[in-house]
Amino acid sequence: MGTKRTIELEVATSGVDAQGKATRVPLGVADQTGVGILTDREEPALGGDHMLVNIGPQHPATHGVLRLVVELDGEVVVRVIPHIGYLHSGFEKLGEYRYYNQIVPLTDRMDYLAPMSNNVCLALAVEKLMGIEITERCKVLRVIACELSRIISHLVWLGTTSIDLGAFTPFLWCFQERERVYNLQEMWTGARLTTSLTRVGGLMADIPDGFTEGVREFCATLPKTMDETDRLLTRNGIWCARMQDIGILTAEEAINYSLSGPMLRASGVPYDVRKDRPYLDYETYDFEVPIGEKGDVYDRYLCRFEEMRQSVRILQQALDRLPDGPINVDDSRVSLPPKSEAMNDMEAMIFHFKQVMEGIEAPVGEAYMPIEGPKGELGYYFVSDGTAKPVRFRVRPPAFINLAALPKMAEGHLLSDLIAINASVDIVMGEVDR
Amino acid sequence: MNPTVQALRNKFQGAIGRAAVSCGDTIVYVKAANLSEVMVFLKEGPDQEYNYLVDITAVEYRDPERPLEMVYELFSLARRAQLRVKVELDKSEELVVDSLVPLWNGANWLEREVYDMFGVRFAGHPDLRRILMWETYAEGHPLRKDFPLRGRFSRAEQVRQALNANPEAHYSMEEISIAEAYHEIPAEMRERLARGERGKIAEPENS
Repeated sequence: MGTKRTIELEVATSGVDAQGKATRVPLGVADQTGVGILTDREEPALGGDHMLVNIGPQHPATHGVLRLVVELDGEVVVRVIPHIGYLHSGFEKLGEYRYYNQIVPLTDRMDYLAPMSNNVCLALAVEKLMGIEITERCKVLRVIACELSRIISHLVWLGTTSIDLGAFTPFLWCFQERERVYNLQEMWTGARLTTSLTRVGGLMADIPDGFTEGVREFCATLPKTMDETDRLLTRNGIWCARMQDIGILTAEEAINYSLSGPMLRASGVPYDVRKDRPYLDYETYDFEVPIGEKGDVYDRYLCRFEEMRQSVRILQQALDRLPDGPINVDDSRVSLPPKSEAMNDMEAMIFHFKQVMEGIEAPVGEAYMPIEGPKGELGYYFVSDGTAKPVRFRVRPPAFINLAALPKMAEGHLLSDLIAINASVDIVMGEVDR
Repeated sequence: MNPTVQALRNKFQGAIGRAAVSCGDTIVYVKAANLSEVMVFLKEGPDQEYNYLVDITAVEYRDPERPLEMVYELFSLARRAQLRVKVELDKSEELVVDSLVPLWNGANWLEREVYDMFGVRFAGHPDLRRILMWETYAEGHPLRKDFPLRGRFSRAEQVRQALNANPEAHYSMEEISIAEAYHEIPAEMRERLARGERGKIAEPENS
């Protein structure tokens, strides 16, 4: 039962007097009943009781429409029960009713913080299913698309995480840099967010004039902003205190939870799809895969930060080697003939018509194609029965699988640490819920 | 073809069905009854070390005669080898298969998703609830081929249900029992919750 006790509080508002000297005015002076100064009331005994706190689905620190039901003992998290599905759009079901090229716009809307890498993964999966070999120029351009996506996704992560932990400045810097990539995306695809960049066997368009110069300039100036952010955060006392030793996962636990991407690597497991299951000739690029030591939130921060630097290196190498040539495969069965041909040549027009009206038929079979997305191993799995629409379109969503480890990581930490841990997972609800 | 298939045949003989290679990936079919022991062997057996569970999903074919397939995508981090294990489930019987949560914690949400989307039950799963759809979702399992693209209920019915949804349905029984409020809710409601009648949608009063 409640105990009777008297609490004496020194509660005051600060202000300045006419001379500009700081003064402190006790609260509740006007109200003689004394709100908050002296209380002589029955206190409910909360010791021993567990409290249920609902966070989200509309809460800025949940990075979207994630809902967490948290059981608290005082301020300590006993249990976290995540509820997802508020952004469920049924993309996997929709994909079964679409031609392969019509699925591309759906992928934009999954991981909407890195749409271009989703587009690339989808195209690679369909090409694996159909056994299509893409052109050299297309490969390099797709690498550029993937790495730009990785950078903007990590920039959003860094910005929003710093806001969650009380640092506002890096957020503005990160979003400013991201804006420049958005301008490049707009230049290339005409859209800032819903890029729909790839097509089966190629790309929707070649890069425009001035694009490579734009990427080069971005590569030259991004490290400057990153160095500034690095100076501001990496050795910052508050930043370290909020992140170090929080949400630790050992290497065995991380593998056991099927984590991927920076979440897995921060725990010391050097698994990167670009190195271990190479695609798009990633084995020919020179870059490092950063791994962490402890597997706490701080290591995840360091891993993502270093990954951005490595992405800049890959971008520079890709720009140096960018060959001339066609971007689409020379196969009228899968890639649309140029408009001038379709309008003047009977055969080209038939191919154009058949592709648009009947889609591209895939052979009977199935293919799982993983790429290293910004959030982790992003995989698309197609099963085909020989028609132009897949029997099964499955996305292996890295954010969904990484989020499943949240209850394990948060148990025993304070409620405020839960926010830091949730931020470190780097979820995007469009992909978690699909 | 991946040499693991031969190793599996040597060890489990009849439990291993056909094997195939599609687009460079090795696929091996396993009988549902033997799934757990085969997976333990694949995860911990000598020279196997498929320690990384990449994905769990299911496939239903357009041909209604074909069985529903469970798909387990495995990867060995040490050997960089891939293997896809499949289990066929006859649709005329109950769709049930062993849960892999005792082996991989990562299987927890993936199996919940398959249960939600396909209605496959996982024996031994600690917390088999819907995950993407809400718990009181009554239209069935969306990724089944007999489920229409626009859902089973009309839009009007979906709106009616949303407007009449019981707010108490937003918390599971387990969650309500944590809260202090549990002791304060009316005895009649508590009894109803315990009976599992949670989230039953009340008929609108004017009809």
